[in-house]
Amino acid sequence: MSVFAFYLFALSTIAGGLFTVVSRNPVHSVLWLILAFLSSAGLFVLLGAEFVAMLLVIVYVGAVAVLFLFVVMMLDVDFVELKAEMARYMPLALLIGVVILMQFALAFGAWESNAAAEGLRAQVMPVDRHNTEALGLILYDQYFLLFQLAGLILLVAMIGAIVLTLRHRSDVKRQNVLAQMYRDPAKAMELKDVKPGQGL
Amino acid sequence: MLSADLGIILPEIILAIYAMLALLGAVYTVKDGAASLLVWVTSGLFLALAVWIGLNGAGTNVAFNGMFVDDGFARFAKIVILVSAAAVLLMSEAYMTRRGLLRFEYPLLIALAVVGMMMMVSAGDLMALYMGLELQSLALYVVASLRRDSLKSTEAGLKYFVLGALSSGLLLYGASLVYGYSGTTLFSGIIQTAVHGDLSLGLLFGLVFLISGLAFKVSAVPFHMWTPDGYEGSPTPVTAFFATAPKVAAMGLFARVMHDAFGAAVSDWSQVIALLSVLSMFLGAIAAIGQTDIKRLMAFSSIAHMGYALMGLAAGTAFGVQAMLIYMAIYVTMNIGTFAFILSMHRDGQPVSSIGALNMYSKREPGKALAMLVLLFSLAGVPPLVGFFGKLYVLRAAYEAGLAWLAIAGVIASVIGAFYYLRIVFYMYFGQERDDALDKSGSPVLWGMLMASAVIMVVGVVNLFGIEGAAAAAAATLVN
Repeated sequence: MSVFAFYLFALSTIAGGLFTVVSRNPVHSVLWLILAFLSSAGLFVLLGAEFVAMLLVIVYVGAVAVLFLFVVMMLDVDFVELKAEMARYMPLALLIGVVILMQFALAFGAWESNAAAEGLRAQVMPVDRHNTEALGLILYDQYFLLFQLAGLILLVAMIGAIVLTLRHRSDVKRQNVLAQMYRDPAKAMELKDVKPGQGL
Repeated sequence: MLSADLGIILPEIILAIYAMLALLGAVYTVKDGAASLLVWVTSGLFLALAVWIGLNGAGTNVAFNGMFVDDGFARFAKIVILVSAAAVLLMSEAYMTRRGLLRFEYPLLIALAVVGMMMMVSAGDLMALYMGLELQSLALYVVASLRRDSLKSTEAGLKYFVLGALSSGLLLYGASLVYGYSGTTLFSGIIQTAVHGDLSLGLLFGLVFLISGLAFKVSAVPFHMWTPDGYEGSPTPVTAFFATAPKVAAMGLFARVMHDAFGAAVSDWSQVIALLSVLSMFLGAIAAIGQTDIKRLMAFSSIAHMGYALMGLAAGTAFGVQAMLIYMAIYVTMNIGTFAFILSMHRDGQPVSSIGALNMYSKREPGKALAMLVLLFSLAGVPPLVGFFGKLYVLRAAYEAGLAWLAIAGVIASVIGAFYYLRIVFYMYFGQERDDALDKSGSPVLWGMLMASAVIMVVGVVNLFGIEGAAAAAAATLVN
C-alpha cells in the first residue's frame, strides 16, 4: 500500500515539476508548482515527517505559491516574447542538458555510500518523541548558531526591501489618524451669522 | 557549554547587536541624519574589533559542535576584512553624501555583511558556510542597487542577485551531494571520508559543484560574468567595497573548504583550481585592454588578481595558503588606494570614471599622480614594489608544488596585464592636453588613504610589515 502511495506521490511530483516548466500560461505553471509541493508533502508524510509535511503545505502552498500567483498576475511580463527568445537557445541548452544528464548517470550509477553514512541515514526519526519536539530540540540546541544566523539573514532581507522600495514623498497628503481623532467640533467649525443681503 | 561557545564568537555577536541597536536607534530618532555619525562609529568598531581579535586570539577554538572554528587562519582573514571594510566605509562618506546616497542603513548593511564574512572564514560546517555566505551576499545585493533611481545601479544589483542566486543553487547542490556521500555536513567529518584515491565519483561531483559555487563568489573565470556590470553600475564606494573585503572572505572560505574538508584529497581539486586560476589570469589581462571605464577596468583587474590568489590555493600546500593570504592582504591595500583615487575623480561635482579624463593629470596634481603611478606599478607587479612580492610568493608556491606550467602562465599573463596599467600611467604623464580637466578638490580622507596606500607599497618592501610571519602561522593552523 505504502509503495503504491509512494509511486503515486512521486509521479505527481515529477509531473508537477515538468508542467511547471513547460506550460505556456504562467498562471498554470504556478498551479502545477502547487501540485508539486502538495505531492512532496505527501512524500514527507510517508517518511514519517509530519511536521515538515505540514510546513510545506502551510508555508509553501499557503503563502509562497499564492504570492507567486499574485506576482505573475500583477507583473506585466510578456511571456510569449521570453519564450521566443528561449527557443533560439534551445538546441544548445538541450545539448548541454543531455551531456550533464549523461555525466550524472555515470556518477549515480557508480554511487556508493560511506559505511558510516548508512548508519546515520537509518535513524531518520527519533522513536521516543514526536516530530515537532525532535525538531525543536535540534533547532534550538544543536543548530542554535544556524537558527540565529537565519534570523539575521531575514533581517537583512527586510532592511533591503525597505531601503530599496520605501519612498517618502513630500507632495502627498497623508491621513493623520491621531490628529483626526483629536479634532474638536468647536475648533474645527466656525459658525457665521450672515445677514441677508450683506454677504461676508 | 553555551557560554563558552558564545565567548568564542563574541566579536561577531557584538557587531550583530551593534547593527541591530543602531538600526532601531536611527529609525526612531533622526533617521538619515545619523548616517554620517554611523559611518564613523561603524568604522571605529571594525577597527576596535580587528585590534581585539589581533591581540586576544590564541590557539584553535571550536564552538557550536564544530560549526564555528576560530583559528589563526580565521583571525588573519578577519583582521584583513575588518580593516579593509573600515577603510572603504570611511572613504565612501564624502562621495555618498555628495550624491545624496548616504542613508543610515548603508553602514549598518555593511556591518551585517561583515558579520557574514566573519562567519564565512570561520565556518566549520557546510550549513554554517552557506548561512555566512548568504548573509554577506544579501547585504551586498542591496548596497549594489542603492542608487535606485539609476538604471545602471538597479541593473547591477539585479544581475548580481540573479547570478548570485544561481551560484548559491550550484553550491547547495554540491553540498547536498557531499552530504549524501559522507553522511555529515561537518568539515571534520567530511575529511575522514574524502581521502585521495578513495574518492567516490559522487563525492567528486559534489566537490566540483562546490568549487563552481565558490568560484562565482570570487568571480573566477568562467564564473565572472556578473563582475564587470556589477562593478560599473554600483555606486563607486560600493564597487570599492566589492573589490576588497568580500574577496578576502570568499578566498578565505575557499581555502577553508578545500583544506578543512577536502585536505586529504589535494590532487583531486588542485587541477580544477589551477584551471580556474589560469583562465582568470588570462581573461583578466586580455579583456581589460579594451576598457575605457576605469571601474570596468578594475573589475577585470580584480578577476586577474583572483587568478593569482587561486594559484596559491592550487598549490595545495601550507606555503600556498600563506602565499594566498599575503597576496590578498597586499591586493586589498593596493585596491583601497586605487579606489581612493577613483573616488576623488570628479568634474563639476559629477563623478567621472572615464580613463580619458586622466590625460596629463600629472601636470595639475603631481603628488596624487605620483601616488597613483606607484599603485599602478604595484598592481602590475613591477619590482621592487610590494605588489611584485605578492606575485613572487604565489609563483614560488605554485612552482614548489610542481605546477611550473601554472607559474609560467602567471608570468606571461602578468606581462600582458602590465599593458593596461601602464596605459593609465602613459595618459597621466604623456597624454594630450585637454581643457575639460578634473576638479582639484578632494576630501582629506581620500587623499590620506591614497598616500598611505602608496607609501605602504614602497616602504613595505623592507619586510612586508611582518605579515609574512603572521600569514605563515595562520596557514599552519589550516593545513596540517
